Amino acid sequence: MKEYTTEIRNMVVAYCIALGDDSLTLGHRLSEWSSNAPFLEEDLALTNVALDLIGRARMFYTYAGELEGGGRSEDDIAYLRDCREYRNFLINELPIGDFAQTMARQLIVDVYDMGFFTELTRSTDSTLAAIASKAVKESRYHLRRSKDWVIRLGDGTDESHQRMQTAINTLWDYVPELFAMPADEQLLLDAGIAVDRSALKYVWQSTIDEILHRATLEIPTGNHSIEGGREGIHTEHLGFLLTELQYLQRAYPGLQW
Amino acid sequence: MNKQALPLFEVFIRSKRGLDHRHVGSLHAEDPEQALDYARDVYLRRSEGVSIWVVRSANITASQESDVGSFYDPMDDKPYRHATHYKLPKEVDNM
Repeated sequence: MKEYTTEIRNMVVAYCIALGDDSLTLGHRLSEWSSNAPFLEEDLALTNVALDLIGRARMFYTYAGELEGGGRSEDDIAYLRDCREYRNFLINELPIGDFAQTMARQLIVDVYDMGFFTELTRSTDSTLAAIASKAVKESRYHLRRSKDWVIRLGDGTDESHQRMQTAINTLWDYVPELFAMPADEQLLLDAGIAVDRSALKYVWQSTIDEILHRATLEIPTGNHSIEGGREGIHTEHLGFLLTELQYLQRAYPGLQW
Repeated sequence: MNKQALPLFEVFIRSKRGLDHRHVGSLHAEDPEQALDYARDVYLRRSEGVSIWVVRSANITASQESDVGSFYDPMDDKPYRHATHYKLPKEVDNM
């Protein structure tokens, strides 16, 4: 593990927790499809992706706990924080909606993840770089699926097209947050640890444009932005998500399997 | 989605390089590409293989139960088609 100054270390811990929160909230959302997906094969595929994301969260939380040196475990970090302490992007906590919305979000996040984790493999922090290498492989597969579904549904029946367009429009306002860099992250970027998220926008946009075009979908033009996740300001949905996610540890503190 | 409309695919997996693909089961998918993805999710969750084949079940022509008599029974009285039917000279140790 790298030797960091206290200031940098605390920022890296916060960075890891935010990245873990992104994966955990989205992984939890996808797990809600378990036994509810349109058919068996898709059920397994969705929960596989959910497990990839939850596994990713575990790696980030574990590393955050180690760096912090205060004895917090991955479980402590996942189960014993309330909404305001969660730092995930808002898009990850939104409800699953219909299948189109689930897949539209997946596309937006998967394309973002491919760009983000590819860059993070070059982090001077070797643990972050290692987690990123694993994440890139997973996200490449996630993207293959979400891209396929967005094109299939967008270029499908009138109803599937309409639902996919509605989903893309609904989620669009949550996109700018992905590329907004807070001051702390800028410092970590200068230290060679973090990724310049603002620089990912261009490739993200052109990839999405191409996919939406193939899916015969309109690219939304609005530039309204809903953000706050990285500061702990969330939508009303996160509270409900955490209520379910944290139920067992809240009801029976310290319970182990 | 109307699941009834999804075609059935048979899935074959090669577990290691050098081994043959073996039939592991079937699944429903819209087209071969999607079937390949689902095969990965349904049958390769614990790194069971290194290569996947999928083929539309409808494209498989299978022998029928009613063919048993003419297809397989005639072999029963032709033991000379089996290597074990022949006595080997002592000089040939193992074959």
